[in-house]
Amino acid sequence: MPERVLDVRNLSTHFFTEDGVVKSVDQVSFYINSEETLGIVGESGCGKSVTSLSIMQLIPSPPGKIVGGEILFRGENLLTKSSEEMRKIRGNDIAMIFQEPMTSLNPVYTIGDQIAEAVVLHQKVNKKEAWKRAVDMLREVGIPSPEKRVREYPHQMSGGMRQRVMIAMAMSCNPQLLIADEPTTALDVTIQAQILDLMRKLKREFHTSIMLITHDLGVVAEMADRVAVMYAGKIVEESSTGDLFREPLHPYTQGLLDSIPRLDQPAAEKLHVIEGTVPNPLNLPKGCTFAPRCPKVMDICREKTPMLTEVSEGRKVSCWLHVDPQKQPSGKEAAS
Amino acid sequence: MSAVLQDQKAHGVLMEVRDLTKYFPITGGLFSRVVGQVKAVDGVSFDLRRGETLGLVGESGCGKTTTGRAVLRLIEPTSGTIKFEGQDITKLSKREMRALRREMQIIFQDPFGSLNPRMSVGQIIEEPLVIHRVGNRKEREARVRQLLEVVGLASYHVRRYPHEFSGGQRQRIGIARAIALNPKIIVADEPVSALDVSIQSQILNLMEDLQHEFGLTYLFIAHGLNVIRHISDRVGVMYLGAMVEIASSEEIYHKPLHPYTEALFSAIPIPNPDIKRERIILQGDVPSPVNPPSGCRFHTRCPIAQEKCKVDRPILKESGPDHWVACHYR
Repeated sequence: MPERVLDVRNLSTHFFTEDGVVKSVDQVSFYINSEETLGIVGESGCGKSVTSLSIMQLIPSPPGKIVGGEILFRGENLLTKSSEEMRKIRGNDIAMIFQEPMTSLNPVYTIGDQIAEAVVLHQKVNKKEAWKRAVDMLREVGIPSPEKRVREYPHQMSGGMRQRVMIAMAMSCNPQLLIADEPTTALDVTIQAQILDLMRKLKREFHTSIMLITHDLGVVAEMADRVAVMYAGKIVEESSTGDLFREPLHPYTQGLLDSIPRLDQPAAEKLHVIEGTVPNPLNLPKGCTFAPRCPKVMDICREKTPMLTEVSEGRKVSCWLHVDPQKQPSGKEAAS
Repeated sequence: MSAVLQDQKAHGVLMEVRDLTKYFPITGGLFSRVVGQVKAVDGVSFDLRRGETLGLVGESGCGKTTTGRAVLRLIEPTSGTIKFEGQDITKLSKREMRALRREMQIIFQDPFGSLNPRMSVGQIIEEPLVIHRVGNRKEREARVRQLLEVVGLASYHVRRYPHEFSGGQRQRIGIARAIALNPKIIVADEPVSALDVSIQSQILNLMEDLQHEFGLTYLFIAHGLNVIRHISDRVGVMYLGAMVEIASSEEIYHKPLHPYTEALFSAIPIPNPDIKRERIILQGDVPSPVNPPSGCRFHTRCPIAQEKCKVDRPILKESGPDHWVACHYR
């Protein structure tokens, strides 16, 4: 059995606002094996970013709070670590890259300073070695004349270059897990292709596991080994990438795949539409949260929340079409 | 395609854009002297045919938005001609232009920034009617309610404010405002880029329905190639202020001629893990429009560039039926 680098169990992160409690992440479980890429897809507000920030324990508190669950990283629960211990893990064992490289880089330091800072912080090296490591990493991520660019400031670089710098920084301590939150969303398609190519190359070389968060189903299809689809704070489907795209089981996944204009298929007259909008997180519907928009809704869907259940080898779905209500443990659901 | 639309297309060109140029000055120094120019749009020509959707696609900084605004004279073009129904609108006075704006409207990308938060939805949609003195108050109110229903909102939404709506609903409000005066042309500048996929398809379908119903002509600007291919009859590809290729959307997708178009299409990730494609990954970044490369703008990244490309700027020529490309070797 492959080693589980990350094992998230029943994670719940809630935000306590003036208007009420927002269950941004609600009883979410998933795992990532070593050298595996897990894609997490969903639309805005589905909880995919909050999930990643929970793993890093970067949830702004208040109003946010991890209210339950376990985050096992190499078998150790991160939620029981002190902030001191977390600081050692962050950037060293688990690194993260964000959507907007400009806001994640400090404009008043050279990129060399910023990469070297992370290296000095986590590895037992002196400043000179750290600087050399920064140059090496910039070369590794394909930045031309790295000896020169290492002395430049973030504003002197293009968006694609900045994202490369972010990746160089994230990989500089050779992390076991890289969390990439919409890493190419702000980039143009030709630059996106370069960055995705780079991420694939680095994954091979550094044997890193990647948690890739994106709303772009194309990016997921290309990069991920497995996919988890999130909707309104829950994972609604999880499977290998091939199975998910070949035969999506959850009506939401099906709707999502049908509603994007496809370049690999003849142009359709009319696009498929998922009726309605994402429910208000302060006032989630009873039962399955997708029920009000679901074309295949049944009576039970409005009453009982289906749990993510394994329906075949490696395939999990939370939908009453695929899950037998008789076999579902009901006590826990009734309580939540 | 409906018979009505086919018939309208036979009527030919609604807007003819020739050698459109827009340079933005860069000022610097103590006296804000002009020290350079951003060549945002540099000699772009195309026709907008009656009843069609022409998609403009390209990466950030290629000049597609500037082109969209310049053809409505929301940005004054530096040079070039824009003929709307045979009349050169670049020569019109401000007052004449304002009257003509009834015929040309725009939908913006950001459904948050483009609606005044202090105005109710009713006021927002009514505003163009007021400015152009259409009908009396009662008639306008009735029109606003009718428009709300046309775009899939309810007439009771009229008293609400933009913040009470989701992104998709706000985009519907923007669309209602744009069609209020029964325009002939709508420039849609990235209308679905800020929306989630499930909402995106709702808006695209709405825009298609409205086009059929009211015989609208769209200049549809977007960077999402799948969206562009879906909605457009013809597609123009821009790179660094220049139009590099223009053809029917099926033609350009199946038979791209310009090496940039080819690379652009091959770079889009496709949501189908079973398809293995030959990917062309372009090297480097888009050069700065302040100091664009000599000759063909694309030669610095082009996989088939020759010596000639560095000196000679290719012009758009017809290399197949209704398929125009600006490349020396295609």
